[in-house]
Amino acid sequence: MKNSVQRLGNITLVGLKAIARNKLRSFLTMLGIVIGVGCVIAVVAIGNGATKSVENTINSLGTNYIMLFPGATTSSGARLFTGNSTLTAEDADAIKAECPAVAYVCPTVRTNAQIVAGELNWGTSIQGVDVDYPLIRSWNVDQGDFFTDQDVKSSAKVCVLGATVAENLFPGGNAVGSVIRIKNVPFKVVGVLERKGGNMMGQDQDDTIIAPYTTVMKKLSGKTKIDMIQISAAGPNLVGEAQTQIEAVLRQRHRIPPGGDSDFQMRSQEEIAQTQAQSMGTLKNLLLIIAGVSLFVGGIGIMNIMLVSVTERTREIGIRMAIGAKGRHILLQFLFEAVTLAIVGGLMGVALGVAVSSVVRRAAGWPIVVTPDSIALSFGVAAVVGIFFGFYPARKASRLDPIDALRYE
Amino acid sequence: MPSQVIAIQELVKVYQMGEVEVRALDGVDLLVDTGEFIAVMGPSGSGKSTLMNILGCLDRPTSGSYILDGVDVSTLNRDERAVIRNAKIGFVFQSFNLLARTSALENVELPLLYGEFGWTGGERHGAARKSLERVGLKGREDHYPSQLSGGQQQRVAIARALVTNPAILLADEPTGNLDSRTSEEIMGIFQQLNEDGKTVVLITHEPDIAQHAKRIVHVRDGRIQKDERIDQKKVRVSGIAPPVQAKIS
Repeated sequence: MKNSVQRLGNITLVGLKAIARNKLRSFLTMLGIVIGVGCVIAVVAIGNGATKSVENTINSLGTNYIMLFPGATTSSGARLFTGNSTLTAEDADAIKAECPAVAYVCPTVRTNAQIVAGELNWGTSIQGVDVDYPLIRSWNVDQGDFFTDQDVKSSAKVCVLGATVAENLFPGGNAVGSVIRIKNVPFKVVGVLERKGGNMMGQDQDDTIIAPYTTVMKKLSGKTKIDMIQISAAGPNLVGEAQTQIEAVLRQRHRIPPGGDSDFQMRSQEEIAQTQAQSMGTLKNLLLIIAGVSLFVGGIGIMNIMLVSVTERTREIGIRMAIGAKGRHILLQFLFEAVTLAIVGGLMGVALGVAVSSVVRRAAGWPIVVTPDSIALSFGVAAVVGIFFGFYPARKASRLDPIDALRYE
Repeated sequence: MPSQVIAIQELVKVYQMGEVEVRALDGVDLLVDTGEFIAVMGPSGSGKSTLMNILGCLDRPTSGSYILDGVDVSTLNRDERAVIRNAKIGFVFQSFNLLARTSALENVELPLLYGEFGWTGGERHGAARKSLERVGLKGREDHYPSQLSGGQQQRVAIARALVTNPAILLADEPTGNLDSRTSEEIMGIFQQLNEDGKTVVLITHEPDIAQHAKRIVHVRDGRIQKDERIDQKKVRVSGIAPPVQAKIS
């Protein structure tokens, strides 16, 4: 037993020495595996990071969140939107009044504008909302106050700044109480929101200005209908119930006959998360397939070099056989060489993958997660690739005739 | 009573070259006692190389028996022959056949890696060092073949052949790539090893190299044509170079 272990150790030693004798060639052989494994690890890490980032932002939408858009969903599932919104502020009031499963309702309008504050200016999006907005989005005011119900009713020219806007227009930090001009209309800044970070599309959610929706409609956009209604259900278990109630109220208000298509549609936080996860998953699978092809090509590279190596070292094989190596010894030696190349390549690939991941983390600001199982998986695949593609050349070497091999020039 | 290390009877080797049968060996009988120094001579095409391949257990005879150190090796399969080669035969080749980019010590250790007995690293180093010392290469253990002269490379090859303490040393034209002075040195080593009790089988086509042996077997057309004893005392006394024996008619 001890002898056979020692002998196996000796054979592996032979393989290791052969690799060390040809460092450059060994490295080039490994390159395919290095890139393949690196790809797998980076792709999985970036995919996980993106998923996590999406989860974070979806959670940051607020609790029990429901979005209500104008436009019908046809039976084929396509969303039709004619450009004319069918939702009004009165719809929002009705939902709040008539749906017991709904806690908060916020009619929302959107527009973009160039903002001027003193000598500085900044282009951003303006969201016209109601006082429920901070409650729905779980988004608190950092400095100053949110505007009041009275401000909404009187279409007061007040606004609350997102953190990014406040930083750019008021680098000194004295935003609250100042006046900014939006499309030449002066607005008084009453508060600055706390920082919320990027959303799932990578947009900065803090690059925005919040104002009463009445003011935005009358003074800025001139719209009479609203773009969307943001709703918070009264509890996590009431999201479905709330959607049913909202649908009933709106169909009645919009006089949609039974069986007719609704002229609005709703999406809950959960549904948004699912859609995002699906598209993320598709992207991740695509990248994984590319990485898999790369690993396969890397394996063929190993086989190619091992075949060349067997031919090149025919004489060496002959010498080894003459002094007593069995076919099995030669097979093991070459197989071990191939597997070692694959595994060392795999290790380098892990390092490459981790490096690429951290570069992406810095560049994209995603929380990149390198998981141990992605390392184990790609490592295992590399070893299997080594055995699979190393076997044929190794067997070819082990079947050489020692007399011919010794005579080979 | 000296025991026989090689006992060959009625050895026949037939190669099938397409339609034609070539009888490379056509009934060879040869007995070699332990401690002999025998040279096998013959022109190319005589069957000398075929005999060497079979003696070295690299090939199998078509018929006949070959008993090496008490083991009938004529019917062994590939792997069994590999074991016999490792344990009982030490090869020395014309072109040295050392592994490039591998130190002298590691080259000598090579057979021990494949042995049936699992040698540890320390045991291997020890045996290889001793073997190198025996051929006068102490201090050259870490040199690569490219850093050694032809004669030194052949000494490393002899050390490699000796390291498993084989029953026979089988040298195939060991001086074919060396100048005459170095050839003398190498033959001197073989003679010394033979005097220490090692059985040496030398394959050559050069008569003056064959003169270093105690017995010369002439092979022609696949048969042993002549088997003669050389009195080494006479050869040594007679002068610098041993006289070239009369050509065999």
